[in-house]
Amino acid sequence: MPLSVTESLALRSSEDVVRMRQWVRARAVGIGFSLVDQTKIVTAASELGRNILEHGGGEGHVYLDLPTHNSKIGIQLTFEDKGPGIADIEQALKDGFTTGGGLGLGLGGARRLVNQFEIASRPGEGTRITITRWKGP
Amino acid sequence: MTAAPKSRIAEILNHYEGDLLKDWMKQQLTGKAVPTDLMKESELRDQCAEFLRLLREASRGSVTDMVGSEWTELKNLLSDITGSRARQGFTPAETATFVFSFKQPLFDRLRQAYGKDADGLSMDLWNATTLLDNLGLLTTEYHQKGREDVIVRQQRDLMELSTPVVNIWDGVLALPLIGTLDSERTQVVMQNLLQRIVDTGSAIAIIDITGVPIVDTLVAQHLLKTVAAARLMGADCIISGIRPQIAQTIVHLGVDLKDVVTKATLSDALSIAFQRTGYTVRKGGRSESVSSNGTEDGVQTKVASRAGGTQHL
Repeated sequence: MPLSVTESLALRSSEDVVRMRQWVRARAVGIGFSLVDQTKIVTAASELGRNILEHGGGEGHVYLDLPTHNSKIGIQLTFEDKGPGIADIEQALKDGFTTGGGLGLGLGGARRLVNQFEIASRPGEGTRITITRWKGP
Repeated sequence: MTAAPKSRIAEILNHYEGDLLKDWMKQQLTGKAVPTDLMKESELRDQCAEFLRLLREASRGSVTDMVGSEWTELKNLLSDITGSRARQGFTPAETATFVFSFKQPLFDRLRQAYGKDADGLSMDLWNATTLLDNLGLLTTEYHQKGREDVIVRQQRDLMELSTPVVNIWDGVLALPLIGTLDSERTQVVMQNLLQRIVDTGSAIAIIDITGVPIVDTLVAQHLLKTVAAARLMGADCIISGIRPQIAQTIVHLGVDLKDVVTKATLSDALSIAFQRTGYTVRKGGRSESVSSNGTEDGVQTKVASRAGGTQHL
């Protein structure tokens, strides 16, 4: 089934982030996401993609899956980088906390825009964030 | 073990340069490799002759790799040829064929030179084919590079084109944003807007984001900075064109737009702008205020008919 194939994209520049957003949106449209759901997953992807460029050592990968759960379909995105990692995940998720001069809402905001949010990070080894948004009722 | 036999390609290029040129030209003109409507025969001859000359010089070193500095001039020539051909309308395949078409004349000479020495011939045929393949592929790379340069230039053009600041009413500027707001573009947008605020002495600037596909925290931050900078210069900003899905996303992100006046549509924003600047717009002979619903169309018509010029700064 073509839906279960994992696709991936390298993130190295802000053009790649734009390309990723279009890619995620196309997949979201493809499985019938509503306009609101599309916008939410694309915005979350944009935040996390840009985080990789700014904090994740400047490059990484994003993987896209279309999982199904209880006959619901969703989009799952995994962002991986081999950057410096996050020392204090709790703190990083807190609104207003930033090390890069941004608004400090990206990580927490992305978490609020999706249904599932998993983060794994080790200082010096990199960060992996997996987000899933299910197709709404 | 015996040392690898020496390649005779350099020797052949040296000996038969004139003949090779003749054969190669014939090859290209009789074949379909060169669309003769796109370039003159004399131009082709010049390119071929120059290519042969530089190839002869470069092959004095090693013909099995092309890393040495003696290959630089030949590579530069190919880059130039590719560039000029791309402008003349050649496809990448046609440009690569220019190099590949040299194979047959060269192979013919190699066959003559080696006679019955099959081992030597096959060695040098391999050398020659590798060399010309690499050179041919190089033209494809240059072609691609040329295209990428065009794309970069177009991006830059687009950046300026897509950030017009429109003076829609006396003292009211509108900035319809379209497309992705990356940092570089936002910089341009912000500068244009601030400059126009100075130039026109406008008190209100409407930033319309109907054409912005998503508003993430970076876009929001850019907008907030623009609003703050405009405020420092004495102008108030209204952000309009906030669609339902954008509104929901902004709420989830937790971006605080409390200090900014926001509206769903540009016409709502314009109504506010009229109120603030003390204008009332009437439809026909009747006197109705701008903000009442019934006159909205009337307002738009009037605004359109008196709209100021668009400027690309």
